[in-house]
Amino acid sequence: MRMIAKIGQWFDDRLQLAAPIRDVAEHPVPRNTASWWYVFGSAALTVFCLQLVTGILLALVYVPSGGDAWSSLQALNHDVTLGWFIRALHGWGSNFMVALVLIHMVQVFLFGAYKFPRELTWIVGVFLLLMTLGMAFTGQVLRFDQDAYWGLGIGASIASRVPVIGGPAVKLMLGGPIIAGATLSRFFALHVFVIPGLLIGFVALHVLMVVKLGINDWPMPGRVVRRATYLSEYHALTRKDGAPFVPYAVWKDLFFAACVLLTVAACAIYFGPFGPTGRPDPTIIQTVPKPDYFFLWLYALLSLLPPSLETPVLLIGPVIAISALLLLPFLSGEGEKSWRRRPIAVLTVLLLAVTFGTFTRLAEFAPWSPHMNAWSSEPVPERFLQKASALERQGALVFQAKQCRNCHSLGEAGGQRGPALDNVAVRQTPDQLIRQVIQGGGNMPAYGKNLSPAETTALVAFLVTLHPPGQAPARDASRDAVLAESREGRPAAQP
Amino acid sequence: MPNETITRRGMLMKLGILFNGLVGAALAVPITRFLLSSVTRGRASAYLSWVPLGPISQFPEGETRLVTFRNPFVTPTDGQTDGTASWVRRIAGDQFQVFAVNCAHLGCPVRWFPQSGLFMCPCHGGAYYRDGSRASGPPERGLFEYPYKVENGVLTIQAGELPTPGATAAVRGPRPPCA
Repeated sequence: MRMIAKIGQWFDDRLQLAAPIRDVAEHPVPRNTASWWYVFGSAALTVFCLQLVTGILLALVYVPSGGDAWSSLQALNHDVTLGWFIRALHGWGSNFMVALVLIHMVQVFLFGAYKFPRELTWIVGVFLLLMTLGMAFTGQVLRFDQDAYWGLGIGASIASRVPVIGGPAVKLMLGGPIIAGATLSRFFALHVFVIPGLLIGFVALHVLMVVKLGINDWPMPGRVVRRATYLSEYHALTRKDGAPFVPYAVWKDLFFAACVLLTVAACAIYFGPFGPTGRPDPTIIQTVPKPDYFFLWLYALLSLLPPSLETPVLLIGPVIAISALLLLPFLSGEGEKSWRRRPIAVLTVLLLAVTFGTFTRLAEFAPWSPHMNAWSSEPVPERFLQKASALERQGALVFQAKQCRNCHSLGEAGGQRGPALDNVAVRQTPDQLIRQVIQGGGNMPAYGKNLSPAETTALVAFLVTLHPPGQAPARDASRDAVLAESREGRPAAQP
Repeated sequence: MPNETITRRGMLMKLGILFNGLVGAALAVPITRFLLSSVTRGRASAYLSWVPLGPISQFPEGETRLVTFRNPFVTPTDGQTDGTASWVRRIAGDQFQVFAVNCAHLGCPVRWFPQSGLFMCPCHGGAYYRDGSRASGPPERGLFEYPYKVENGVLTIQAGELPTPGATAAVRGPRPPCA
């Protein structure tokens, strides 16, 4: 033992790190901060370390070249011993890291920890969030498959909409005129050197400030933050009711971090790695690209925004959102910390959670995308054709052959871009159906040029049969009256 | 500060900082040029060239066919990304329309459905008529078209850049809507 102590002393005489490390470990924290609510930041840091380690391991095999990246991922999945597991750890680690950073941010927001004197800690945290999202996006690109390729196309299309510098911005982002080898190379540099380097630096700053300024005391309703008095109050609290961070509070961080790592590993083993999907070959256009989980909400937003609002929202939205996050500690740097006295803060979090949750859920089944194969793979259910006349059956054929099914479902099969047509005859009269088919409207293309009169007649004859058994199809009462009158030999209209 | 005196060491330090600043500025020029090379090279559409798609006899009149071609601008590490697909519509005779597969909304690959005469996008649900004009969905304009010419019976298009909604140097502007 004495030998080890002597060696340790030899190193510390030269490094002189033992004293500052002891200071950090033993700095007093308010006892009430040793809570399970305070573990998310350290867990995010732990997962970040996991990402660093697994990322370096993947880089031992991965080839950042447009021609070989996909094959090297296949080799990782299938040839290299446990390559699939390291990929899965990295992929699931990425999801967990984004989730933990978001949860940590919500906790900090609700506990008022961004207020004086921790404004800069929050601002650095906002940049850490942006970098984490940047890592998630660039990581998806390195999984150089069809989703990555077309995802880059979407990124380029968004970048191109920036006024004036849009065109150059696209070429700068892609490293050339098209998505190709140079694009992968620069996203590799971003994912492996630039953003991680910044992340390490910003994490160090973030943790340094947590240590220097002290962990945020548990928010008590009525204990108001004032710039003039907060620091002395906080120090009085740590003197009166403080405990050394190690081991008083740290054991919860340690247990939670281990649980998170275990969960990441369990997900990795059970669900396996993400992709890669098909080869990044732009001549294969039979593909339905979808972003990774944490960008699904954006996918939904881009589908649901009115076209005229899309560019302004895409370009101005992020500026407003990031500015709001950065300005938050300056706009409410003092005052109540407790969520019990901050209903608007709580409602804001709930509103954002419901909004993002709804968009994400919608994007999971993407009702706005046509089902490209529905017309040939989903037959018209039998019950719609029983007792149908020859004309109506011909109409059902037209319905399938003209790909109506790609956007309209029958019997809960088919696209959901347009309304389900199981009961369409109840909603629209035959004349309205003809007009809708020929002229389109709403969100439907006009089929006038692609349907012969005979096809239109047959199609509408079929559509008119689509109503529940006990419910009559819609009819134009005035037209019925006119027809009845003309049958009885009376003039059609009288003044 | 009125009492500040200029010392030899202080002066040398300032000169040292100035010297480093000058060297840094000098180095910044090639570094910036390197970083922006993909942009500056593309000035005046240097990436664009005429690419043959094949003899026009390959394209029956009144039909729309998928054609793939190799990008005129390639690097050794492109792999399969050096190819591009496009939709060729032969209207009649030497009259063509050559559409980029990229949706005018956000660039996903559109698919042609001859039966309904529509291009449909799998991503956000954009749809276009056979002449490329917008039919429905989020796109604000019709499909991008490559400029084309027919030389010695060979259909040739001017290509080389990814068509994007904001920067459409390679492609023509919006077409009037048709119904």
